[in-house]
Amino acid sequence: MYKYDAVDQRLVDERVNQYEGQLNRYLKKELSDEEFRPLRLQNGLYIQRHAPMLRVAIPYGLLSSNQLRKLSVIADTYDRGYGHFSTRQNIQFNWPKLEDTPKILRELADVEMHAIQTSGNCIRNITTDQFAGVTPDEIVDPRHIAEIIRQWSTFHPEFALLPRKFKIAITGSKKDRAIVQAHDIGLEFFTDMNQQMAIKVWVGGGLGRTPILGSVIKEQLSWEHILTYCEAILRVYNLYGRRDNMYKARIKILVKALGIDKFRDLVEKEWEFIKDGPNTINNSELNRVKAFFTEPHYIKDTKNDLESHIQDKSFSQWLSRCTQSHKKKHYRSVTLSLKSNHQAPGDATSEQMQYVADLADEYSFGEIRVSHEQNLILADVHEDNLYELWNKAKNLNLATPNIGLITDIICCPGGDFCSLANAKSIPIADSIQQVFDDMDYLHDIGDIDLNISGCMNACGHHHVGHIGILGVDKDGSEWYQVTLGGNQGNFANIGKVIGPSFSADEMPAVIRKIVDTYVKERHSDETFIDCVIRVGLEPFKLMVYGKKAN
Amino acid sequence: MKSQLILNNKIVEDDWETIMLPKIDVEVKKQAGKVVMFKLTGDDSPTPEQVNNTKFSASGNIILPMKVFLKHKAQLQTRLKNKEIGIWIDTHEEIESFIEEIKDINAFPILAIRVGKFADGRIFSIGSQLRTKFKYKNILRAFGDVLRDQLFFLKRTGFDSYLIREDRNANDALNALKDFTLPYQGAINDPKPAWKKVNRDKKRD
Repeated sequence: MYKYDAVDQRLVDERVNQYEGQLNRYLKKELSDEEFRPLRLQNGLYIQRHAPMLRVAIPYGLLSSNQLRKLSVIADTYDRGYGHFSTRQNIQFNWPKLEDTPKILRELADVEMHAIQTSGNCIRNITTDQFAGVTPDEIVDPRHIAEIIRQWSTFHPEFALLPRKFKIAITGSKKDRAIVQAHDIGLEFFTDMNQQMAIKVWVGGGLGRTPILGSVIKEQLSWEHILTYCEAILRVYNLYGRRDNMYKARIKILVKALGIDKFRDLVEKEWEFIKDGPNTINNSELNRVKAFFTEPHYIKDTKNDLESHIQDKSFSQWLSRCTQSHKKKHYRSVTLSLKSNHQAPGDATSEQMQYVADLADEYSFGEIRVSHEQNLILADVHEDNLYELWNKAKNLNLATPNIGLITDIICCPGGDFCSLANAKSIPIADSIQQVFDDMDYLHDIGDIDLNISGCMNACGHHHVGHIGILGVDKDGSEWYQVTLGGNQGNFANIGKVIGPSFSADEMPAVIRKIVDTYVKERHSDETFIDCVIRVGLEPFKLMVYGKKAN
Repeated sequence: MKSQLILNNKIVEDDWETIMLPKIDVEVKKQAGKVVMFKLTGDDSPTPEQVNNTKFSASGNIILPMKVFLKHKAQLQTRLKNKEIGIWIDTHEEIESFIEEIKDINAFPILAIRVGKFADGRIFSIGSQLRTKFKYKNILRAFGDVLRDQLFFLKRTGFDSYLIREDRNANDALNALKDFTLPYQGAINDPKPAWKKVNRDKKRD
């Protein structure tokens, strides 16, 4: 993975000094709350219900075992012994003290980590496929360009104070696991007819209050122009994006208001002046960054250890749900589920973090990935080690065989922690997980993405969940709106609301009825989402609302 | 306290008088399908009435609102030649048609951009455009809600002059110009990205 040189390290160190100065000025009342707000946000610091929340960047979801150990130490030293992995592949600490934040950042800088631009109206953490570099369907490894974009976007002076936040996602595989169509800029790599790396550029996608899928702004962009082209897009957005109403300030609103053709014209006009400019990448820079992502020393042989354990039903369930094929023979990528019903989705205790770091050292070349589905991944595990790894992972509830199943819930921190939330989301996730506790039944109903957001900011990506749950506030009490038919990936789709919202108590039964409808309606081997697409919402509405429908 | 001026990394006396517009209320219009520069603050946009009522001194260095300059353009030619006239715009004003109209942007010894609120980052794109697309070479000043924590970005997007908000200390603000030694990306003040300036090749084991 990428390793800092003196340039990276000095920037991160200087950032800690700068932030410490800003905090001191705030504590000495030289900066008002309003003035400190954009400054602290650009460093991932929110003021939340109970304490500040610090969001630490995990660039494109990649962590070394040492970095994960440091996160564990921070959770123990400055927090309450756990952290929350977010849908943007970052980690959040919910209980740090404001005065401690510079110390935390200094400790992070020691392991080449930071909280730069994890919040605020700027270019946020670049996200990508959690299986980048190891998935068999990969066309181009997106991590190289992701790292180049990370560096370019860090303290980019022109885009330091945008109208609103700005998220870039990159995919390099046939199957899009980065939801590029739901991002401000989505980059989809492909190889053109001459076998050259090229990029299809999407713009103006986003979830939140007004969910919109992106539009294609450029069918084919040559890779060396990626930074200057993004600069042109961002410049048009920075100048013309709305700043009078924060709910209409995302680029998607501008693209929609102007229409993609007019927006594209403006971008192309700006691009003329910066195309081929100094931020154009060349082969030597690409190769420099590429050199950090070389293959580990894969073992070519196998002792066929896997064969001897395949009869173990629990193991084989886990094997089918929690591991996936790898570009190298005898290797698999393992997803450690953070969705057991012992803790909130995406939460990991400091003990679990330490343990996963140890597992990574032992079985996966010391690397861990964080997925936007809020699980941890050991990307390079030899098949001979899978059984042993499974046994160890079970010790700390990291082997729940539910990846892709309805209990692999994507969930924001919600009203328990977040001051933006209209409703709690973690207890809803918990109550649904309780209902679906029969593993055989779960495996029978198969792939279902269930996403929960505690407010329309949609951190739980509820719009693209096959089943989406949105917490809403009605007359001061918490209600939940249900959508069906959302989808992520190449066939991304925004789910449709099925009808009036429900109380928290009703939610487990509602989800149960939706699943029952699927079981009743499905053709053999038809997945939940395919069934919803085929039969439409009516049978589900009828089951859920009975005669009350419409 | 009077606003202090930083020019080329030093605190100096301001030898320009900035001419402001008289205050009135105007509504912002929002139109679908059209490029609109939205205002952040609800501050006044220059109306014909405001432009007509703006008074300025008959001699000395003055920075005029863009629209006021356009109105008096003919009478101001001698002063313009004597380098006594600068202009300023708000971040929500459209500058491209102005530049087309006046032809030589470098006839002005100073351009100033007013930022209504700290969070209004349009000023950075305006600076970048002026220095690249419009090839402006003279003094570029930021004024208005200009605080220490914008300075590093202003410097990198082509500004060399900062009128610090009057309740803040310019000495303190000067420190911000040194916040980062070597930024990653190329920008206006220093177009080469870090990877073109230092050898960043990984030491091979």
